[in-house]
Amino acid sequence: MLNELLSAAERAEACSVIQSTFLTAIWETLYVTIIATFFAVLIGLPLGVILVIGEKDGIRPLPAWLMRLLNFIINVLRSIPFLILMILIFPFTRLIMGTVVGTRASIVPLVMAAFPFVARITESSLREVDAGSIEMARSMGSSTWQIITRVLIPESVPSLIANVTLTLTNILGYSAMSGIIGGGGLGKIAINYGYYRYKYLVMFCAVILLILMVQAFQSAGTALARRCDKRLR
Amino acid sequence: MIELKKLSKSFTDADNTVHAVKEVDLTIEDGDIFGIIGMSGAGKSTLVRCINMLERPSEGDVLIDGVSLSSLSEKELREKRREIAMIFQSFNLLMQRNCLQNVCFPMELAGIRPSEARKKAKELLETVGLGDKVNAYPSQLSGGQQQRVAIARALATGPKVLLCDEATSALDPATTRQILDLIRDINRKYGITVIIITHQMSVVESICQHVAILDQGRVVEQGSVQDVFSDPVSAAAKALVFPEGYLDVLESGRKGSRYLRVVFDGSQATDTPLIAKMAVEKGIIANIAYASTREIGGRTFGSMLLSIEEKNHDFQEALAYFSDAPGVSCGEVMRDAE
Repeated sequence: MLNELLSAAERAEACSVIQSTFLTAIWETLYVTIIATFFAVLIGLPLGVILVIGEKDGIRPLPAWLMRLLNFIINVLRSIPFLILMILIFPFTRLIMGTVVGTRASIVPLVMAAFPFVARITESSLREVDAGSIEMARSMGSSTWQIITRVLIPESVPSLIANVTLTLTNILGYSAMSGIIGGGGLGKIAINYGYYRYKYLVMFCAVILLILMVQAFQSAGTALARRCDKRLR
Repeated sequence: MIELKKLSKSFTDADNTVHAVKEVDLTIEDGDIFGIIGMSGAGKSTLVRCINMLERPSEGDVLIDGVSLSSLSEKELREKRREIAMIFQSFNLLMQRNCLQNVCFPMELAGIRPSEARKKAKELLETVGLGDKVNAYPSQLSGGQQQRVAIARALATGPKVLLCDEATSALDPATTRQILDLIRDINRKYGITVIIITHQMSVVESICQHVAILDQGRVVEQGSVQDVFSDPVSAAAKALVFPEGYLDVLESGRKGSRYLRVVFDGSQATDTPLIAKMAVEKGIIANIAYASTREIGGRTFGSMLLSIEEKNHDFQEALAYFSDAPGVSCGEVMRDAE
């Protein structure tokens, strides 16, 4: 198999595929990942804040049924396998994007899969904030909004950055899966060439590129989180 | 003036109700440094949190300059809290902000212009002796320095009252001394009423004018620090006032002896050699079992534990002798004083 994989003809074909498609694929992967992460954080972060402040002993307790409902929805969305979720929400995707196939359409299921995750990790980041700091803020007359925007979030920025990085790499992995429904990017190439047409060399190159991208995001995120953290100096 | 009226706070969970504070009545005058002392679990922290309504009292009320805090709306209460600053045992600085930004924090909440807030914050950091640490982060500071930043922050909105919740309990003795001196300076300079919550009698002795002793949620004794130190009445007060050495003395004490605690007000009583005089005039021999001096509110007090043999009414006579002497207070110490 190795001989076959590395035969001159295979290599020549792989080179031409790589040259003709990889640049676009990298761009599509980046674009989908970043847009989907952005929306996942946009929805997930406020939900995470609500999970923390709204609980019984939180700074702004919300009705118990509301909290239970929120937790239920988040847990349900998190327990559906991504492949199934993509198919399940076709009607919703069509409603928003007008279509269920293609790169743009794949953003919707990615956001749906990632925002509950963001809500949970935001919750855990915010819980790390020292209760004493919150008490201090209350003793100085902070409103709930001021506690959120001036204490809870700023104090957990390093942890939030680390968690957003985690989301980014997760979405990158999922985006490869969305190649199934025609979502563009390196995942589509790996599936189309490797799975459907047995062009393993192309698949390997696509996978290696995905690995490199995950590594790059992770290193950059960790470095940024470190730089932001004033506790480590 | 701060008035606590029949203040009670209880916590209820599924199984039982804990009465942390029970019917506390206290009046704290403007400009006072008032100590609230008690063993851990006595309800001190709950009590202080009721003063700024971080804990809503179950019953009773807090009046500040005649204004009832429990009658205020959430918004009015937030405004009011700017007049009641608080510092904490664990300092509670925001770790992601530098000193200047930490001091600016309450001014941001109050909507003071950033340029103005920064100017004020620099002045306050100068006041607490940290003018050179403006850009340092809390993790770069020692505990004492962090508490100074917290004090500067507490002063930022020009409060009338400063609540200190075990503010020196995490600090070493020398640093405690410095922080207490700073608090006293602030009390004098700005006329801020200071309420100090502590479990250490030494803290109360060194800066408080008045003290309330809290035991199992109740105020069991209150008055001027000198009075409570000279003549503690309740068991809780005795346990706090008597040095630990007393216990050893009483434990190993001889049979047939009774113990008399004599407290001298240094300014009035040091000229007369009272014990020698008593021996000569009354023929009573007193054995000094324990002695120490303390500085309370700037005055030096000497305290002695005398062991006197129980014969010929010697003990009663000694008690009467010291009771008549000027600037001296005394009382018997029992073995079960604890």
